[in-house]
Formats: sequence, structure tokens, C-alpha cells
Amino acid sequence: MRTRTAILVALLAGLHLVLLFAGFFAPYDPTTQNRDLPYAPPTRLHFMDSSGFHLHPFVYAWKSVVDDNQSDSYREDRTHEYPIRVFVSGSSYKLLGICETSAHLFGVAEPGKVVVFGTDAYGRDEFSRILFGGQISVAAGITATLIALLAGSILGVIAGYYGRWVDESLMGVTELFLSLPWLYFLLGVRAFLPLHLSTIRTFFLLTGVIGLIGWARPARLVRGLVLSARNRNYVLAARGFGGSDVYLLRRHILPEAFGLLLTQAALLVPRYIAAEVTLSFFGLGVNEPVPSWGNMLSTLQQYSVLVSYGWLLAPACALVVTSVIYSSLADVFHSRLKSYST
Amino acid sequence: MNYLARRLVRAVLLLIGVSALCFLFTEMAPGSFFDEMRLNPQISPETIAALRSHYGLDQPLLVRYGRWMKSALHADLGYSIAYNTPVAPLLWSRAKNTLLLTTTALLLTWMISVPLGVWAANRRGGLLDKTVNLASSFLVSVPELVIAVALLAIAVRWRVLRVGGMMSADYESLSAWAKLQDIILHLALPAFILVLAETAVIVRHVRASVLEVLGAPYVQAARGFGISRARLLFRHVLPVAANPAISLLGFSLAGLLSGSLLVEVVCGWPGLGPLILEATLSRDLYLVIGGIMFSALFMVGGNLVADVMLLAFDPRIRTEVMDAH
Repeated sequence: MRTRTAILVALLAGLHLVLLFAGFFAPYDPTTQNRDLPYAPPTRLHFMDSSGFHLHPFVYAWKSVVDDNQSDSYREDRTHEYPIRVFVSGSSYKLLGICETSAHLFGVAEPGKVVVFGTDAYGRDEFSRILFGGQISVAAGITATLIALLAGSILGVIAGYYGRWVDESLMGVTELFLSLPWLYFLLGVRAFLPLHLSTIRTFFLLTGVIGLIGWARPARLVRGLVLSARNRNYVLAARGFGGSDVYLLRRHILPEAFGLLLTQAALLVPRYIAAEVTLSFFGLGVNEPVPSWGNMLSTLQQYSVLVSYGWLLAPACALVVTSVIYSSLADVFHSRLKSYST
Repeated sequence: MNYLARRLVRAVLLLIGVSALCFLFTEMAPGSFFDEMRLNPQISPETIAALRSHYGLDQPLLVRYGRWMKSALHADLGYSIAYNTPVAPLLWSRAKNTLLLTTTALLLTWMISVPLGVWAANRRGGLLDKTVNLASSFLVSVPELVIAVALLAIAVRWRVLRVGGMMSADYESLSAWAKLQDIILHLALPAFILVLAETAVIVRHVRASVLEVLGAPYVQAARGFGISRARLLFRHVLPVAANPAISLLGFSLAGLLSGSLLVEVVCGWPGLGPLILEATLSRDLYLVIGGIMFSALFMVGGNLVADVMLLAFDPRIRTEVMDAH
């Protein structure tokens, strides 16, 4: 159990580090277009050429061939080999948004291109877009979770601690929020907000809306916990010694809620990433040219793209990997919580 | 008060709450349908003001809400600004398709997940139990959008099912039998996506609730009396495990409807989903509110059905009703 938790936490940390330093791990700028390279398939890694085996892997450039039925396809241009290099200098970017640098983990000499997951309709490197898009999608999930948990625990504590009519009316409202199909609700709220905004404002708008809809479940859980903790003997004793409400909550009641909130966070983050992805997929979220997993997937709404260019499903795989890691962690937290409480 | 009457009152209160919430959001919203028009120099501000008052958007919130409520009681949910027709018929023509999709998916989901969950719980630790556990815990963590897009890709590439819309282009010329076949073939993909996503959730809950009852002291006592395994399961365990499962039916509806919206958009099923999405993009106020109200109505209706089933299956609730009399 302990090793499993350690592995999961390490995976999660690795994932976030890669996304955080996306500029370094991505070989290209996510918005640079290559109009002569639309829908190029993933670059193949080679070890063998006519002169035999090389330990150093190399790639060939894609050459577009127009065949009889007018659809462009690609063939490897075998005339020139481009060895893969590590720690190369390429397009410049801002690391962590602060220092300007042009170091990349890997790349090939121009005019060769190494497109790990192929390119999209504008010839943009799908792999780099996944990394930069992941920054936005995952950050949106985390921010929305923080908003939901913060609002939920504040209201839950108020309801559980003060009881009576405050409790009843707040729980009535949570029932309202929980009984609505969340996607209808999300679209409804989104309908009343402006469509075209700058990326930053869209981001905060989206996370705000998702968090606003999601506060109800954590609020109920926290309320239940506060309700049971309120009448524990040590809490009553502390109150008898003259502890104020705020002191009791902070010192005695909230620490109990920590495990619960952590489990909820691990559960909610993938769900809210999916919510952002869904909204952007519908064209209601982050707009082009800024990448997010959702707006990258939205090109797949055309059946022709879906059939011919399978590598454009890569953002979906990234989403699945992220979700599975988070949910496994939530499972681990959950079983821990259960073993503590019994 | 009677159990069912209490539930009914709760349902009505919920619907009122949802509509109030919708209007509150419209009030807080900074933009409106006419924002794009305002940018057009050919349309004078007077025209826009006239349009606004024509749709009653210049009135204060409470007046608008009161008017809407009054007409909603006569099944009139206002006027669509983009389509320029009443909202209710527009929504109803689409809602029928959503209902067809969701009820099919719901029935299939429960027909698959109840036997599967019961069997897995009854043979705990067996091969089937392990497989179900592994598959469901993976599927639960895969977002529905990914399931939908992946299955759609498979269906389109291998041409196994009909994709897009609800009917083929030559639908009108088909015989009645062929028409039915055509709709079923179109329904198969969206329904399958929904069933896959929902089964993963429900099978886990069914398994957990059966396991809980199987571990109860009275079941162990019954086992001690030498009651056969089958009789124990069907006579002593399942009736008790039915209560949480039926409550789950009500809760799972919200997820099913959300999933259905997504799947409808991805697969092009002409249900409420694409309509609401379009209305959201064009900020067609009353159409959006109407769509949310329809989804809330489905939810509340499904929950009432679950309540009636609970009354039929759980004697504890029946006696509670008796005691009240």
C-alpha cells in the first residue's frame, strides 16, 4: 500500500513537473504554424539506414506527396538524416513565465522536424501543444477544485456548526445544486457570460463557473463531519474552558476535515479537468490559438479528421493518463480514510 | 403527511428553485443576445431598445420571473429569440429523442449492471469479480468525452454502426419495419457509449450494497441454519440490498442526463443537447432556461419513479406511511 502511494505520488509529481516546464520538454512553440506540413503523421525513429546500424537514433523529414485522389499523404524523404539531439537550442520561450530561454530537451537540426505525435491542420506540433494545453487544462482543474473546496468547506462549516435554520436553508440549496445535471447547468451558466474574452479572463471565468457548480458536495461532506465533531467530548471540554467558536473550528474541528478534503481534491481535479475539456471541446472555453486539451480535441468533431488522422486522439490519451493517476490516488486516500475512521 | 405527497412537494419546490436560480444568473450576467447587434452600425439603438422591450428584457428581474412563472404554468416557456418561435414545442420535439436515448440507456445499464454486480458480490474474489472490479475502476476514471470520441472513431473507421443523426437520408421511403431498424442502428452507438460509462459506476454500487448485506449478522445466521446459497441470495439478501440500489437510480439520473448531452453533441443525435449548445452559443435566453427546466423535469420525474419503486420494494417505508395514518 505504501509503495503504491509512493509510486502514484511520484507519477503525479512527474506529470506536473513536465507540464510546468512544458517549454523545455516541448521541442517547438505551440502556436507556430507550418502551412506546408498539415496533418503530418508522427515522426518515425530510425536506427538503420543503408550504411547499417547506428546507435544514435535519427529521423527523416516528411515529404508531402499528392496522390491520385487529391488527398495529401506523406512519405519519408530518405535523402537526408537528422540525428536526434538532446539539450538543443530552439525557439525561445519564457520558463515558468519568468526567464527567457531557448533550451529544449530534444530536437533536430532545421529544416528537419521531429513531431512526436504528428501535426494538426495548421502543421503545429501536436506534442508541444499537448504539453502547453495540459498546462491550461490541469491548472483549470486544480483552480476549480480549490474554489469548490474553499466555498464548500466554508459553507459546510457554517451549516454544521451553527445548525438550525442556517443549516436547513444551506442544505436545501445544496440539494438544488446536486439534483441538476451538471453539464446542463454548466452550459446554462456559461450562456449568460461573454463568449469571446482574453485567455486569462476565460480561464478564471471557467474555473469560477465550474467551482461555483461543484461546491455542494464538499459542503455536505464537511457539514456532516463538523456535525459529528461538534459534540465530541474534547470539543465540548474546550468550549467549557472558554474557547471561542473560531478557535474551536480552527484547532479542533478543521484538522479532522483535512483527510476528507484531500480525498475530495483528488476526486474532483480529474472531474474538473474533464469539465474544462468538455467546455473547450464545445467551443465555450479556451479559444484558439492557445491550446487546451479540449479545443485540440474539438477538431475531431469532423468525421473525416477522426478517421484519417488517428494521432490527433493523443490529447485524449493525455487526459486519460492524468485522470487515472488522480483517481487511483483518490482510491488510496479513500481507503486510508476508512481505515482511520474504523 | 403521506410519503408520496411529501416527495411531490419536494419535487415542485426543486423545480421552482431551479427556475429561480436560472433567472438569478441571467440577472448577474453582463452580456445579452443583443450585444452583437449593438456593434452593427446599421441597427439603431432605438431598434434594439424596441426589441428588448418586445421580448420583455427591459423589465426588472422579479417582474420577468413572475411573468415567466405565470406562463410556465400553462406549459409556455417563453419565446426563442434566435428561432423566433415559442420555446416549448421546439424543446419538446428534441426532448422526445433525448428521452428515447436516455431511457434505452438506463434500461440497458440496469439490466447489465444488476446481475453483474450481484454475481460479482456473490462470488467475491472470483475471476468475474476481479475482472468487473478492474474494468469498472478504469472506466470510471476515463472521462465520458474520451469514451465517446474513442468509440465514435472505432464506429466510423470500421463502419460497424450508423453514425450521425437519428435517421438515414432515405428514411421516409422505407417500410415501417425498416424505419424501426434504421432508428435502432442509429441509436446503438450513443446508447452504447452511455451504457458503458454508466454501467461502470452502477455495477460498483450494486456490488458494494450486496456485499454489505451479505456480511450482515442475520445472513450469517441464516447460513448457519443451512439455507441454500441461492435461496439465501434471492430470498434474504436481494430484497434488502434493493433499497440503496433504487435510491442510486434516482441519483444516477443527473449523471446520465449530463452524459447524454455530451454524447448527443458528439454523435449528432438530435436531442436536447445540440439544441442547448446552440442556444448557449447564441445566448438564446429563454431557450437555455427552457432546456435546463426540461432536464430538471426529467430528473424530478425519474426521482419520483424511484420513490414509487422504493415504496413498492421496501416495507420499512410502507410501515412508516401506515404509522402516519
